[in-house]
Amino acid sequence: MAHPSTYKPSTGIERWLDARLPIPRLMHDQFMVFPTPRNLNYWWTFGGILTFMLAVQIVTGVVLAMHYVPTPEGAFDSVETIMRDVNWGWLLRYAHAVGASMFFLAAYIHTFRGLYYGSYKAPREVLWILGVLILLLMIATAFMGYSLVWGQMSFWAVTVITNLFSSLNAVIPGLGTTLVQWIWGGFSVGGPTLNRLYALHYLFPFIIAGVVILHVWALHVPGNNNPTGVDVKTPRDTIPFHPYYTIKDGFALVMFLILFAFLLFYAPNYLGHPDNYIPANPLQTPPHIVPEWYFLPFYAILRAIPNKLFGVIALLSAIAVLFFVPWLDTSRIRSTTYRPIYKWFFWLFAIDCIALGYLGSQPPEGSYLLFGRLCTAYYFAFFFLVMPIVGLIERPKKLPGSITESVLGSSGGPQGVEPPPTKGEPVPEGVA
Amino acid sequence: MMTVFRVLAAALLAGLIVPAVGLAQEAANQAPQITMQEWSFDPPFGSYDQAQLQRGFHVYQRICSNCHSMNLLTYRNLGEPGGPDFSPKAVETIASQVQVTDGPNDKGEMFQRPGRPSDHFHAPFANEKAARLANGGALPPDLSVISKAREGGPNYIYSILTGFKKPPAGFHMTQGMHYNTAFPGHQIAMPPPLFDGAVPYTDGTKPTVKNYAKDVSAFLMWAAEPKLEERYKVGARVMVFLIVFAVIMYLSKRAVWARLHRRDHAETA
Repeated sequence: MAHPSTYKPSTGIERWLDARLPIPRLMHDQFMVFPTPRNLNYWWTFGGILTFMLAVQIVTGVVLAMHYVPTPEGAFDSVETIMRDVNWGWLLRYAHAVGASMFFLAAYIHTFRGLYYGSYKAPREVLWILGVLILLLMIATAFMGYSLVWGQMSFWAVTVITNLFSSLNAVIPGLGTTLVQWIWGGFSVGGPTLNRLYALHYLFPFIIAGVVILHVWALHVPGNNNPTGVDVKTPRDTIPFHPYYTIKDGFALVMFLILFAFLLFYAPNYLGHPDNYIPANPLQTPPHIVPEWYFLPFYAILRAIPNKLFGVIALLSAIAVLFFVPWLDTSRIRSTTYRPIYKWFFWLFAIDCIALGYLGSQPPEGSYLLFGRLCTAYYFAFFFLVMPIVGLIERPKKLPGSITESVLGSSGGPQGVEPPPTKGEPVPEGVA
Repeated sequence: MMTVFRVLAAALLAGLIVPAVGLAQEAANQAPQITMQEWSFDPPFGSYDQAQLQRGFHVYQRICSNCHSMNLLTYRNLGEPGGPDFSPKAVETIASQVQVTDGPNDKGEMFQRPGRPSDHFHAPFANEKAARLANGGALPPDLSVISKAREGGPNYIYSILTGFKKPPAGFHMTQGMHYNTAFPGHQIAMPPPLFDGAVPYTDGTKPTVKNYAKDVSAFLMWAAEPKLEERYKVGARVMVFLIVFAVIMYLSKRAVWARLHRRDHAETA
């Protein structure tokens, strides 16, 4: 948040640089002394974890790219060669593959944290929208990266997903087919497709890194939200980012790395599909085409709709709806903790997303399809009905008077004195 | 296996949103029976049993390699640490047993020479067409990463190799297929490859189908994951480091935040 700069260049070089490109001042003001709410819990540590994971993916990915062969004949074998004959290649490749899963795990937790604590509400709408944009770019990047392995699942995932564009034939006959052939660079998924997916897979992470910078910028204008959703009111409500949150984020990161390392070293293929160790074969369709776990909820939504075009629209809407959350939620209260009715719908939504993930891994038939449709219906109902309506009819619980009061109780200083309870009065703080 | 895939190939359509589940559903009635085995290389501290890998290689060489290629492996791999660890001499001998087409030489002609440790495993068939012709239309899959390419890994391979039984009464067998309880659909194109005594064992291990199956499954696991031992070893060090680091970070975090709590206490007191 906006605060007067406290940076004092102490050496001649720092003064010289400060007058030309004040990067030390920026780092000092934005990362060292940046006023941060004192009550951030461990759900707030995933931003740092995500930054770390992006770096892991870029570093391992750049080295993998030095050894990878982006041709239909060479791709599959080159991945195996990396794991067999490149120094530490097995570590690089498994770190990159498991890292993608860990990246998504962190991104989903980060997104749900934002949803639960109302971090998308004014004045943080742009911050939220940039976050959704990052998620969208991550989805595209992960999809393209998965295709590069050129195993059976890679190949058929590309075939299925690129074929989704052919649904546009229902709008203008021939449009979809033309578009799909343009994407493929031919009449089927093949060498040209693989080569362009490789080029874009290398490009997108740097676009993500750019949007991450904007995301952090948009965070540092209004400052962090916090578990109470109550705005920062006095300097006592905040603490400097360093050392308090560098150490807290650091501890959380190490805990996260323990999980990462466990999967990486002891079960690197646990989250993958065995079929992707069968080289791509355009003449053999796998019995079940399933995406990686992090796409399963969206896959379930796609298949829940009997019409192809509308299925694709539902799939895209499932992500696009997130862009509009700041305006769909009508509640003036940020934190779900203080929303007794919405809280139930929120947790039901979280269960719904996990259920969709499970259903996405099952064949779309019988009760799987039925539940897939019910869960899809609730997914959209949550955004289009629950968010607008519950916000209007719900009477929120009483908010703490300040962040400091929420931490230290009502005896937490002069401004922490609890005001006399007044019934039905609109709560002045933490409103969006 | 491949026959099932070939039937499925018919399901290749532009509208792939609904996967071909018809056959899978049918197969569910004859669900594969995979028996879990104990392996020396089970995580987190396991390692390959060198003698077992060497026996497994002999089973592969004598039996499996007549139909199955292992294109990703080279003979030198057999002598690398963390694997069967054959001596350099043994590796050279194994490699020299095959004839490799090399060239062209200075006359522009291809020629045959004995295999070298740097050569890839010799494939039994020149191409897929030749492999299918020799196997009644079925394609024996390459075994390089088969342990990672099947649900159940080495347990699956063991179960397939020991899963050949007489079909139950009333079970309809397709011409040229063999009944196998571990295979999806219970019909496999591969004939029972192992029988007691097929491969001589010199280290006292009983030459039974079960032992062959177990040894060759372990060998194929190594072939798919030749760096498994290194991975476990590095993993153990990383885990110890991270856990110690986590404790230090936790204590540091408590110490740093204690400053804040002291300040709060001083102010409210």
